[in-house]
Amino acid sequence: MLNISNLHVSVGEKPILKGLTLDVPAGEVHAVMGPNGAGKSTLGYALSGRPGYEASEGVVRWRGENLLPLDPAERAAMGVYLSFQYPIEIPGVPALTFIRTAVNAQRRRRGEDEISAPDFLKRARAAATALRMDFDMLKRPLNVGFSGGEKKRMEILQAVLLEPSLLILDETDSGLDIDALRIVADGVNALRGPDRSMLVITHYQRLLDYIKPDRVHVLAAGRIVASGGPELALELEKDGYDKYLPADLESAA
Amino acid sequence: MGAVRETIDAVAALEAYEHGFVSDIETEFAPKGLNADIVRFISHKKGEPQWMLDWRLAAFERWQAMEEPTWAAVKYTPVDYQDLHYYAAPKQKEGPKSLDEVDPELLAVYAKLGIPLKEQEVLAGVQGAPKVAVDAVFDSVSVVTTFKAELAKAGVIFMPISEALREYPDLVRQYLGTVVPVSDNYFAALNSAVFSDGSFVYVPPGVRCPMELSTYFRINASNTGQFERTLIIADRGAYVSYLEGCTAPMRDENQLHAAVVELVALDDAEIKYSTVQNWYPGDAEGKGGIYNFVTKRADCRGDRSKVSWTQVETGSAVTWKYPSCILKGEESSGEFYSIAITNGRQQADTGTKMVHLGKNSKSRIIAKAVSAGRSDSTYRGLVSVHPKATGVRNFTQCDSLLIGKECGSHTIPYIEARNGFAQLEHEATTTRLSEDQLFYAQQRGLSEEEAVALLVNGFVRDVLQELPMEFAVEAQKLVAISLEGSVG
Repeated sequence: MLNISNLHVSVGEKPILKGLTLDVPAGEVHAVMGPNGAGKSTLGYALSGRPGYEASEGVVRWRGENLLPLDPAERAAMGVYLSFQYPIEIPGVPALTFIRTAVNAQRRRRGEDEISAPDFLKRARAAATALRMDFDMLKRPLNVGFSGGEKKRMEILQAVLLEPSLLILDETDSGLDIDALRIVADGVNALRGPDRSMLVITHYQRLLDYIKPDRVHVLAAGRIVASGGPELALELEKDGYDKYLPADLESAA
Repeated sequence: MGAVRETIDAVAALEAYEHGFVSDIETEFAPKGLNADIVRFISHKKGEPQWMLDWRLAAFERWQAMEEPTWAAVKYTPVDYQDLHYYAAPKQKEGPKSLDEVDPELLAVYAKLGIPLKEQEVLAGVQGAPKVAVDAVFDSVSVVTTFKAELAKAGVIFMPISEALREYPDLVRQYLGTVVPVSDNYFAALNSAVFSDGSFVYVPPGVRCPMELSTYFRINASNTGQFERTLIIADRGAYVSYLEGCTAPMRDENQLHAAVVELVALDDAEIKYSTVQNWYPGDAEGKGGIYNFVTKRADCRGDRSKVSWTQVETGSAVTWKYPSCILKGEESSGEFYSIAITNGRQQADTGTKMVHLGKNSKSRIIAKAVSAGRSDSTYRGLVSVHPKATGVRNFTQCDSLLIGKECGSHTIPYIEARNGFAQLEHEATTTRLSEDQLFYAQQRGLSEEEAVALLVNGFVRDVLQELPMEFAVEAQKLVAISLEGSVG
């Protein structure tokens, strides 16, 4: 279970998250929707511990443990995974090398044995097949020269191999055509399980046609301003975010 | 707030140098200082022929008339040449005939460094692992050379140069100083006068050397200069791959290493020369460490000859080194692949010279510099094309990676084309280790140091791939170790 309570995060001098509160129970998929500039990506970075996105106030607990004092690698070893909106290119490091290094780094930190090379390759092959990726692509430097869709598939492939328990998807649908979107969504849906929580951050409702959320939250001006079932996403699609924009919030308050 | 911070953890950096131990080995020294008598002493110790002594004395005379060069972009406390020992040898029976006669203390040093000197140990190693013949040089002398018999069967001569001077004086005399003349530069002249040991390799016509050859240099004694001399000759159609590794104890004072390496490739011959240089770099404040002032040059004398230099430079306080190729033969080819990593207060001024004299000769330069801490790194290179050398091709790529805010990286390429029929390409990039990349790797579970090591290894991969397999693994680890403490 993820508990975020009164989270305040400033980037530079600018306050972005201003008292965000949100709970995601184990096994549930929650969508966070919001207009541009609402703080959606900041939420993903703050949860995963990106330097420069430290909380000035509030608490984030994952499975009862306070995440905020931990560095990104410690959080990763606890199962926190961020699928990046813009995945980063790593020149000279083959994807397989990168992922295996990461899997073993996490395992070492948890006091587990490292994965053997044959086991890892077997799992990587299976994951690539499921995501309809050419296995040879995994031998190329990670994300270098990949198309937008390939990069997003690579993010999901990494998630499959790292087996995180908290999956944060930041605008995973951006830059995907409909076929790629379906493949990526299938990959994400295959990861759903009773022990895994997901936070799906998205601007558009489209992704939620494929990844059905249990709950939908509206993030505007740094706070969750509305929560509901999947129907809330459809409503947003129809009416837009206008009624949640700051001016309206202030007049409502 | 950034993930990349410039502070150096001095303690971590100190601990990072795992070869910093000093071995308590009984050593015989020449008295401190340098004069003609010391030169005579060294020559006498080695039982050299008269012509060799004359050659040394002439070099000494030239050196006395020369001035220490100052054009390199490095700063260091001047060396007091009269305060050094020019000869230091572990005391042992004259010329050990086999490993059994070598001082066990000495063998222990190499065991600690992970260098196999017992042939049966090498043979007992992983099945199918390539055999490597080793020449181990301790301070001023070679202590043991392995696999000599098997190499001799193939006709390959691999032995300490002091031994070669006694056993193959004509061969040595024919080539010594023909690539790096005595008066080439200040340090080459000094080396010519006082060099004490190093490796000699001769591969006869048409022979492909059946195994990798390697030399491990170790400076142990304090206040000692190491002046090794290596001479490698690949006769017509021959092939040899040679590796050198270097380590030294951690000492507060600076130690001087002024080597000369000469390679000669005749028609259709190929020499691959790889270096993993891990001399003690000094502490985080710049105290101690090796001055590495080395002259390395290959003479591609023969048509279609080929020389490839690959170097991984992680150690030394000050490095001043330009492994070069004189491309005399038609269609000869020279390659230079370099990784120079500096951290702490290290300074490196390194690069290559490709001198195209032969028609249709070609060269390729890939230089990767990684600077961290308060270190400073300079790539200095020359590509020169002679008026008569038509059809020349060169490709140069210099990439610099900066870690932190207090390091420096400079690229100084000289290009001289004296005819209009040459094709020269130069590419250069300078990048800072990106916070995006660091965070991405950390988010996947890598610690900051693991992330830096992985990213840097990716940056230098093109060059690492040029190293022989067994060296590549070692080099990869070294890259990680030498950057420990380079971030927060």
